Amino acid sequence: MDNAATIKIALAGNPNCGKTTIFNNITGAKQHVGNYPGVTVEKKEGRCTYENNSLLFVDLPGTYSLTARSLDEVVARNVIINEKPDIIVNVLDASNLERNLYLAAQIVELGRPVVIGLNMMDIAERMGAKIDLEKLGKKLGATVVPLVGSKNVGTTELLRAVMEVAKKGEVIENAEVDYGPELEPAIRSLSDMIQKNGSIQYPVRWLAVKLLENDPDVLNKVRVIEGTEPIVAMAQTLRDSLKNKVDLEFCFAEYRHRFAVDAYNASIVRTGSNDTLSDKIDRVLTHRILGIPIFLGLMWLMFTSVIDLGAYPQDWLDQGFGMLGDYLGSVITNDQLRSLIVDGVIGGVGAVLSFVPLIIILYFFISLIEDTGYMARAAFLIDRIMRACGLHGKSFIPMILGFGCNVPGIMAARTLDNEKDRMVTILACPFMSCGARLPVYTLFIAAFFGATGYGGTVLTAIYILGILVSIGVAIVLRKTAFKGETEPFVMELPPYHIPTIKGVLMHMWERTVLYLKKAGTIILGASILVWFLTAYPMDVEYSQDFDAARDQVTETMEMEQAAILQSYGVQSLEDDAALNTMYESMITTADADAEAADAEEQDVSDVAQAQALEEKPEYPAGFADLQASNPTLYAQALPLFDAKVKADDATAALDDQQNSEKLSQSYAARLGHFVEPVIAPLGFDWKIGVGLVACTAAKEVMVSTLATIYSVEADDTHEASLVTYLANDNSFNPAVALSLMIFSLLYMPCVASLAVIKRETNSWKWMFFSMGLGVVLAYVFAFAVYHLALLAGLGA
Amino acid sequence: MSVVKLADMKVGASGVVEALAGHGNIQHRLVDMGVVKGTHITVVKVAPLGDPVEIKVKGTELALRKNEAAMISVAVEGGRQ
Repeated sequence: MDNAATIKIALAGNPNCGKTTIFNNITGAKQHVGNYPGVTVEKKEGRCTYENNSLLFVDLPGTYSLTARSLDEVVARNVIINEKPDIIVNVLDASNLERNLYLAAQIVELGRPVVIGLNMMDIAERMGAKIDLEKLGKKLGATVVPLVGSKNVGTTELLRAVMEVAKKGEVIENAEVDYGPELEPAIRSLSDMIQKNGSIQYPVRWLAVKLLENDPDVLNKVRVIEGTEPIVAMAQTLRDSLKNKVDLEFCFAEYRHRFAVDAYNASIVRTGSNDTLSDKIDRVLTHRILGIPIFLGLMWLMFTSVIDLGAYPQDWLDQGFGMLGDYLGSVITNDQLRSLIVDGVIGGVGAVLSFVPLIIILYFFISLIEDTGYMARAAFLIDRIMRACGLHGKSFIPMILGFGCNVPGIMAARTLDNEKDRMVTILACPFMSCGARLPVYTLFIAAFFGATGYGGTVLTAIYILGILVSIGVAIVLRKTAFKGETEPFVMELPPYHIPTIKGVLMHMWERTVLYLKKAGTIILGASILVWFLTAYPMDVEYSQDFDAARDQVTETMEMEQAAILQSYGVQSLEDDAALNTMYESMITTADADAEAADAEEQDVSDVAQAQALEEKPEYPAGFADLQASNPTLYAQALPLFDAKVKADDATAALDDQQNSEKLSQSYAARLGHFVEPVIAPLGFDWKIGVGLVACTAAKEVMVSTLATIYSVEADDTHEASLVTYLANDNSFNPAVALSLMIFSLLYMPCVASLAVIKRETNSWKWMFFSMGLGVVLAYVFAFAVYHLALLAGLGA
Repeated sequence: MSVVKLADMKVGASGVVEALAGHGNIQHRLVDMGVVKGTHITVVKVAPLGDPVEIKVKGTELALRKNEAAMISVAVEGGRQ
């Protein structure tokens, strides 16, 4: 074999055989993750160099078999058949050899050179098993290399064996599965016919077996090849004549099992049947009484870690980007460019990165849960409940994560092996009410239900509605778009393992990079689009010249201060150092006080509380000290300070009004006006329409958008004035509030969720479906609730 | 010797697979996992909520739902189920 050519190796094996660990050991960080064209099955490739030879490893999906019953199996098989890797490395779990050999039987049939990597030798030994490697190799017709993937033992030996087989070239020494006296003659005569045809690229004996097995995928592929009609016809004739002698559905599988049992019995020197530590752990974790409480405890731990721990780095990122924005805002002089950079790009990048801490922590836990083997137990424990919703036991984790944030929830659906279960879970997850929707609820509950004492009830009802809609969507999708034959639950409960740090870290890294590459770009683009809609056009016609008005305010203040100073007999502040110091101290104290109030989160649960918060004491607490230090100077400086505060307030009011006018004429507002007739039956006016446009970027943006459009200073932590405003606004009432809260709950997922849906389903179609489903359900529910609320007299 | 459905076997009971009823994906999945005629099978435990069940076959622990277990006929020793 030419040294310069890359040797292509396919890595095959059962799920849980430690294949990925071996793959990581061989290729290290030189990996590439993508998708097989058109399907959600992931394609992992990695490179390594061994003795100046360039090796390319393809990590096939883990499968128990190579029939055409599941997408993973078809993909794995097609890579071997179509891409003709130079070598197949079949990883077998030594501690579970007999079952693993069933796949090996099918791999040797594929007619490519095979190397067997016998993994988890340490566990097999601990169980008391002893395997004769040479005899096993003879039975399979392949070199056997012992491995301990978790300790990186045997990697070099495996590569050496691969190179030795590669050097031999196209010499196939694979063992043949014996299909018994009835089937063998049929296989032989069909093989002869295929051989004569000559135009078929598939391994001859394998093809004959598959045609006799009536494999639908193979049958379709052979039919399109010219001149194969006689072969297909002969296969059918042979099947018809065999039908009466054997059970064609299962006899092939039975003979493969026989081959596996035979190879197993020949090579096993001593069987292991020790009660392992794994069994003892399992007795506790799946205990009849303790099992579910332990599971719920672990779920709680994961949930709080992802959402609560993740909130800290999220805050830091937020602050970091805030500071970066402030800095760039002060440096860039061009208004349009500044808005693009500060609000558009930095806002968008911030939105992308703010999910990274969540994803890193999530995948830390998912790797632990999966690699230890607990995931299968969790599904075992909770499957009965999830099945009632048409879902799999493993769907529980994505759904519960959805409460914190839909993005990690949707990403966690990857743990589901079954395509249909995964799709249904991904599409049902966004209806779980995530944390970003909470500010919208608390705002409207405080404004309209806080005083009634029903606030908690309303909030709970909204969350329950989210769960019910999610379950409903799952059940309906399962019965419509994703119906068909029931998918088997049959699931292996692998022995517990201690996960390797490397494996966990690589998993976290891989997922984060994929998120940034695949979802990040979409989120960034969409965030900038939403920014554009709310920020443009820039040259709006204002009701007044705001710049002039602001100058006017400053001028008035300066005149007032000058008049005050004149009454003291001072020309300007600079002339009186003591007075100037006192004045400056007042400003510093007031600023510090405002900053402290900013940092303190104000929980506003009803209108009365909001009003109380707004009626702040006239001067900050620190002013008493200033007064005590020099009463005369204090009395002199106070009128100057009052004049400044008055001017600041007036400027802020002008700013708010200008922002409001600008937003009112933006493209988003035009969209709002455009959709107003459509959303009017829900009790919404065009201003809420603007909020709905803006909150596609992130659900919590609803609050700040409404604040801007109503020209009140507020954000999601300081909503006191907005609460008061909304409570007194005629276009709002409890019915509208209920309608809007429900609309926010069910309305299309935020762009980050949509981007992740696109990435995880590998399809734009399902992303748009998710958007459409959200809008339709939101409309229907909001409409129904609004009109029921009007009937109940909540419309005033 | 008596033949019973796997779903009706008690925890700890074991026997040899006699036949697989039904058809399609579930059956094939079971076959892939080693549940074929002549294979020894043991019921290990039942989930806290009564379903699924855990069985041991060819050294592997498998979870399957009761309705799937009902498709497997097992020959058990004597009257012990």
